[in-house]
Amino acid sequence: MKFLGEKGVRRVLAGIAFSAISALLLIALFIIKEGLPFIISYGPIKFLLSSDWQPQAGKFGIWPMIVASVWVTLGAMLVGAPLGVACAVFLTEFVPRRVMGVIKPTIELLAGIPSVVYGFMGVMVLAPLIRSQLGGPGLSVLAGAVILGVMILPTIISISIDSIQSVPNSYREGSLALGATHWQTTYMVTVPAAKSGIIAAIILGMGRAIGETMAVIMVAGNAVKIPISALDSVRTLTANIALEMGYATGQHRQALFATGVVLLVIIMILNSLAGMSIRKKAGKR
Amino acid sequence: MRMPPKYTQLAAQLVMGLATLATLAILVFIILFVLEKGLPVVGLKFLLSNPQDMGKAGGIFPVVVGTILLTLVAIAIATPLGVGTAIYLTEYTRESRITRVIRFGADCLAGIPSIIFGLFGFIFFVTILQMGWSILSGGLTLAFMILPTIIRTSEEAIKSVPDSFREVSFSLGATRWETVQKVVLPSALPGIVTGVMLGVGRSIGETAAVIFTAGSSLRMPTSLMDSARTMSVHFYILAREGISTENAYGTAAILVITILLINLTAYGLMNRFVAKNN
Amino acid sequence: MNRRYLIGMSLMTAVLMLAGCGQKREAVIMAGSTAFQPFAEKLADQFMVQNPGINVTVQGGGSAVGIQSALSRTAQIGMADLLQLPEEAKNLTATEVARDGIAIVVNPGNKVEGLTVQQVREIFNGVINNWKQVGGDDRPITVVSREAGSGTRTSFEQIVGDISLAREALIQDSNGTIRETVANDANAIGYLSHGLINEKIKPVKLDGVECTTEEVVCGKYLLVRPVFLLTQGQPEGAVKQVIDYMLSAEGQETIKNSGLIPVK
Repeated sequence: MKFLGEKGVRRVLAGIAFSAISALLLIALFIIKEGLPFIISYGPIKFLLSSDWQPQAGKFGIWPMIVASVWVTLGAMLVGAPLGVACAVFLTEFVPRRVMGVIKPTIELLAGIPSVVYGFMGVMVLAPLIRSQLGGPGLSVLAGAVILGVMILPTIISISIDSIQSVPNSYREGSLALGATHWQTTYMVTVPAAKSGIIAAIILGMGRAIGETMAVIMVAGNAVKIPISALDSVRTLTANIALEMGYATGQHRQALFATGVVLLVIIMILNSLAGMSIRKKAGKR
Repeated sequence: MRMPPKYTQLAAQLVMGLATLATLAILVFIILFVLEKGLPVVGLKFLLSNPQDMGKAGGIFPVVVGTILLTLVAIAIATPLGVGTAIYLTEYTRESRITRVIRFGADCLAGIPSIIFGLFGFIFFVTILQMGWSILSGGLTLAFMILPTIIRTSEEAIKSVPDSFREVSFSLGATRWETVQKVVLPSALPGIVTGVMLGVGRSIGETAAVIFTAGSSLRMPTSLMDSARTMSVHFYILAREGISTENAYGTAAILVITILLINLTAYGLMNRFVAKNN
Repeated sequence: MNRRYLIGMSLMTAVLMLAGCGQKREAVIMAGSTAFQPFAEKLADQFMVQNPGINVTVQGGGSAVGIQSALSRTAQIGMADLLQLPEEAKNLTATEVARDGIAIVVNPGNKVEGLTVQQVREIFNGVINNWKQVGGDDRPITVVSREAGSGTRTSFEQIVGDISLAREALIQDSNGTIRETVANDANAIGYLSHGLINEKIKPVKLDGVECTTEEVVCGKYLLVRPVFLLTQGQPEGAVKQVIDYMLSAEGQETIKNSGLIPVK
């Protein structure tokens, strides 16, 4: 790209960035344009807080789905985040590089296994286990949380590993030279230095968990009901959209796009919270 | 009560070791489960013959071709866009409110369910732009879908290149682009490749968005304007509609092997590139 | 680096240009109902053997996609299996090509053999929630239904009448998954297309009538719904040929052998 010159390169890159961002903006606007008018005309409070979802009768209340999405995602993070980060730290700091070189590609391989395969395994292996051991219909919050938690592991692990590895070795050497143990160095120097990457990994994982559709439809049972226990069957926001979109027309269809708007808002709130927690911690140090 | 550092280290190592073991065990179990159920039907004949009777019998050749084409289109569009954006945001702009807003937007879109991308693709590419159900519509939709992931991971990778590298390059008289090209990108490459591989994984594994945009035709695609069915969609339809569990697992096994091959190739290329640059 | 990029780009362009030409065969796209999709694929394959000049592609997506794509001309033929077509589809020409019985199914381990329409209604409304109330074992009932808007569910609810589905009901997104769920859960009850009954599940008699092709054809079995093909205006040319083939003796024979009910 030498013929472009420094200024030309800058312009090309700006163009690329601009088109990528406007493409993403286009999608966000598309969802909002299709969904927001419905929320306003139906009444935001009735839409968000009513728990009657009967599209055929013109009733569109998504409170049960909001609760379900929150529970399933939290459950998935509870399973995926600690396991994933611990795994990444252990693999980078306590395992020889050569072993790592085998394990990391294996884990990335798992990121490519389609969510429908995870979902199908949930139906064939996990749900019957829950049904026979713990009771209930088996297709439940618990099954959804475990399957999603496992599904996001590869994402969390591989991005965390990259960010931990990119911490310069001089940091570690400095700490070790001061007499810190290997674990103290990891805990007090390496992991904090890689924090922004680890949090990005967790956020990407969380985004995948909230946004996952097919696997959740397969294992969560999809009943429109506020869950009382982890063994209850639930329907998440994404499942609501995907289940009915193929058949929805008119107002029903708008209501599903409105569900998409709500999902977008929830993700924005979660991301802001995560962003705030990073900045707060950074401020303390 | 404080434990001596040595014991803390031991305890921490033990806990993390167990977590790692558990994680690996789960993941290995999944792979083995799929391979064990799927490999018995897999063979060259399964791979290279046409499906019969809606996939109940026969092989999955058109599906394999469809998957590869669709993923290639998605990656060919999303990688330059994503990496370019990440370079622009990290190297050519100062950290400001605008870059933060963009990053925030990308994070939010990463969590949007793929079905919404699918609907967007269906209305925008398939209907408005009249591309029909085609590999091109599907690939464009998937490219949009994986763009946030690629931007974010590339950005992280580029940001983690120490500033001292850049300073040395500048002090030798290199321009910004030369620095990016010769210093920053090579050291950020592993992270970028991880991002792209995650994108490949997501496009191969996607079902909902693909059904709406690339369709689910079981015929061999002859051009990018043809409809195609990917392996995930094929697996989904076979398993969920109860057409054939054996062939479903066979498809899943091939899927796992394909991803393995793609990953190995990417790693091989990357290692050669890194070796050449040192 | 940039040379390789240029080569890549020109290859892409070449492929795209190739994509433009080479399509001389007349193309008919069918899209919509996932329930009818497998049958449509089979019929399309047979049709193309006889008419090599016409290329028929079949896509899924659901009945709403069928209506939408027929309206926007993305597909020449939309497939919908709704008992009543929605307002938007009023301007499309609908041709009924098949009928489909809906069977009430339970787990093979369940000893209940038959239910009345009233019992079915109360089970799905959650009034009856234990199998012993309808002559089975003392076990809770797991109701499994389809998503709102599904052709099967809409038809089921309209024919049975007065259904407001129990909140606890599991929702599955296709006939196949209803079958899998009922096959895996000993307490489950669901309903699905009559063509998809197999040995993993057990259909029950409805008001004493078994769900078989014969009973559906002679009109004794209650739960039946139509499958429509939707076109803009009267079908012409290749589109007409495809629809005519499906309505021909051979097409209807295939429909019958696949487990659907012929209209002729």
